[in-house]
Amino acid sequence: MKENFMRKLIESGKRLDGRAFDQYRPIQIETGIVTSAEGSARIRMGKSLVVAGVKLDVKEPYPDTPNQGNLMVDGEFIPFASPEFEPGPPSEEAVELARVVDRAVRESHCIDLEKLCITPSELVWAVNIDIHVLDHDGNLIDAACLAAVAALLTARFPKFDKETKAVVRDQKPASGERLPVVDRPVEVTIWKLAGKLLIDPEMEEQESAEARVTMATKEDGRLCAMQKGGKGFFTSNELLQAADLAVEKGNELRAMLPAL
Amino acid sequence: MEAKSELLVRERALVTPGDVIARGMEYLPGPGTYRENGELKSKVLGLVRLKERLVTVVSLSGVYVPKPGDGIIGKISDMSATFWIVDLNSPYDALLNISEAVPEFVEHGTDISVYYDIGDVIYVKVLSVSRTKNVSLTMNDYRAKKLLGGRLLTVTATKVPRVIGREGSMIELIKKYTGCLITVGQNGVIWVKGPNEDLAARTVHLIEREAHIEGLTERVTEFLENETKGKPAAQQLQEGD
Amino acid sequence: MGGSKVGAPEHLIIKGKRLDGRTPGDFRPITTDVGVLSHAKGSAVFRFGNTWAMAGVMGPHEMHPKGLQDPANATLRTRYFMAPFSTWERSRPGMSRRSTEISKVIKEAMQQVLFLEEYPKTAIDLYMEILQADASTRIAAINAASMAMADAGIPMRDLISAVSVGRADGVLILDVAGLEDNFGDVDMAVATVADKDQFVLLQVDGIITRKEFETLLGMARKGIAEVYRKQKEALIRRYPGATMEAVQ
Repeated sequence: MKENFMRKLIESGKRLDGRAFDQYRPIQIETGIVTSAEGSARIRMGKSLVVAGVKLDVKEPYPDTPNQGNLMVDGEFIPFASPEFEPGPPSEEAVELARVVDRAVRESHCIDLEKLCITPSELVWAVNIDIHVLDHDGNLIDAACLAAVAALLTARFPKFDKETKAVVRDQKPASGERLPVVDRPVEVTIWKLAGKLLIDPEMEEQESAEARVTMATKEDGRLCAMQKGGKGFFTSNELLQAADLAVEKGNELRAMLPAL
Repeated sequence: MEAKSELLVRERALVTPGDVIARGMEYLPGPGTYRENGELKSKVLGLVRLKERLVTVVSLSGVYVPKPGDGIIGKISDMSATFWIVDLNSPYDALLNISEAVPEFVEHGTDISVYYDIGDVIYVKVLSVSRTKNVSLTMNDYRAKKLLGGRLLTVTATKVPRVIGREGSMIELIKKYTGCLITVGQNGVIWVKGPNEDLAARTVHLIEREAHIEGLTERVTEFLENETKGKPAAQQLQEGD
Repeated sequence: MGGSKVGAPEHLIIKGKRLDGRTPGDFRPITTDVGVLSHAKGSAVFRFGNTWAMAGVMGPHEMHPKGLQDPANATLRTRYFMAPFSTWERSRPGMSRRSTEISKVIKEAMQQVLFLEEYPKTAIDLYMEILQADASTRIAAINAASMAMADAGIPMRDLISAVSVGRADGVLILDVAGLEDNFGDVDMAVATVADKDQFVLLQVDGIITRKEFETLLGMARKGIAEVYRKQKEALIRRYPGATMEAVQ
């Protein structure tokens, strides 16, 4: 069985493509690829492909945060990305991915939400991040978070008409100020396979994994969000090891992102 | 490495999932238990049974999973040209093929409902259960027959031994006081027919509710005596009545 | 930066005591009950103070559509659902993305302990209903779910036990309640297999140092030991009159 073969390989300290257990596949980041979006980014992590788009609009603030802008993160798994993806409303995996990325962006306070306030209690900027998975070859969360943050870092405000209090959609790329992004959160997912911890699995490795834990870190290296997924378990030691890996590899990923 | 074997709970103790019942390799894991790191643990909420070195935990709730050889009571729920589908009060349906139900030769194209029809209640034996839980039944057993009239009761399948009692003592007791014919299926379905089916039903429910408490036979006897004012049924229903 | 929300209290910890009078390491009153529903094969209630969760297990039963049956295992389906009246502001009925995510992480936690291979091709349906929400709802839900599974006779390696831990006003706390959830800095949901060092559910919101993370894991395990004990007691109480003494 495929799973047994994978487990034996990992137990012997090797990976299918020869990488180290704590090594990412080649990563490419491109930003500004969708001009109709206020911000966008495309991430290739091995063969996984994720695109994130940032759209801004003006809305009423939420009642309990009248001075802050709104943030929404949504995720879609496009059916051509994998035979496992079905058309229809987001699956629980897609919902989870969006919420885990949201956690990193929100808990790191990477957007200064108060700077998105136009008129307190009346009008604020709403930031919508949509993450589309276009090709699934494992480790989508890390790629999705990179895409979301890269898109945020290069996003610009669209034209805003103070008289009509509406966004001017003139079919031209947004050319306003950059968004008030003050941190660059990064998510590293640590996977447990055959009792060992590794990062950035490709599809086959991911299918044999027992469990995963995603940990988000801020620019200063502090942890700000975590999510465990999958059927297996982690011991306290494994979780602490994972935290260390998340910080170390998080710094590597962050170095690839556009600067603040 | 010689680990001393020890038993940590007594017979009939109530245990919960994860409770350690015994240590060491001397004790063997029976149904309802599993072994982990040299410890024998319970998988279910139930009562411990010890039979020499075999440790079992009898679950106090749960569904019936068919086993070959079980005598069960089922209801015909569907049929094709050559087999019936039987509802066993289980997550698994079972198939009864004509060849296992009708001793004579059956013409191709016969409407087999002439033998057993939808809704018929039968006492039938489990012939085989495949690894993926495809269940085959057979009427090729001296106890197998259609059960006419009467009514059906259900209990948790694991409590069937309590309804039957040691060497049938409990079921004989109920028959004596209610005058009913009683057939018990391993799947927890019980058929009663006779002058006091209602009392039989209430007795079975009592057993279901109190199976975990010691002294059940005494309590059931007391209950039956009270209900019949000390008079066992004057007439016992016979087979064929 | 983050900005403060409307209604934030000035302090969450005053002279070492929390707003409801608890010390940082105290639980709210815990209530448990098993076997509360008549149709569900197994059922249970778990409360932390005002947070009230009820779980019901239906099955194992035949699974439809047949094409989705797993020939080797039972399929566990879970649904965590909040009643619209469970919160002060009526929440919209129906599944939200949040409840979808919570259903998923609870399912994954339960899959670690259930012997699903004993009921191939069937479905086991776990429904968790939050009747009243005062933070730590997924924790109460999974604690109830565990007991409900045992009540249903589904074979399990052990129970799943959960607690929430967090930080408010810089103080690490156990069993996060209402205001602490809304206005505290860190909220961490944790579940383990019994009281063992096997974490099957972990969600953290908020900025923590590695040291705090380590301390919180330890606090969680300590709290879980107590929850586990209460769950076991509740299961035993389900069958009054049963004998439990160990052999001497």
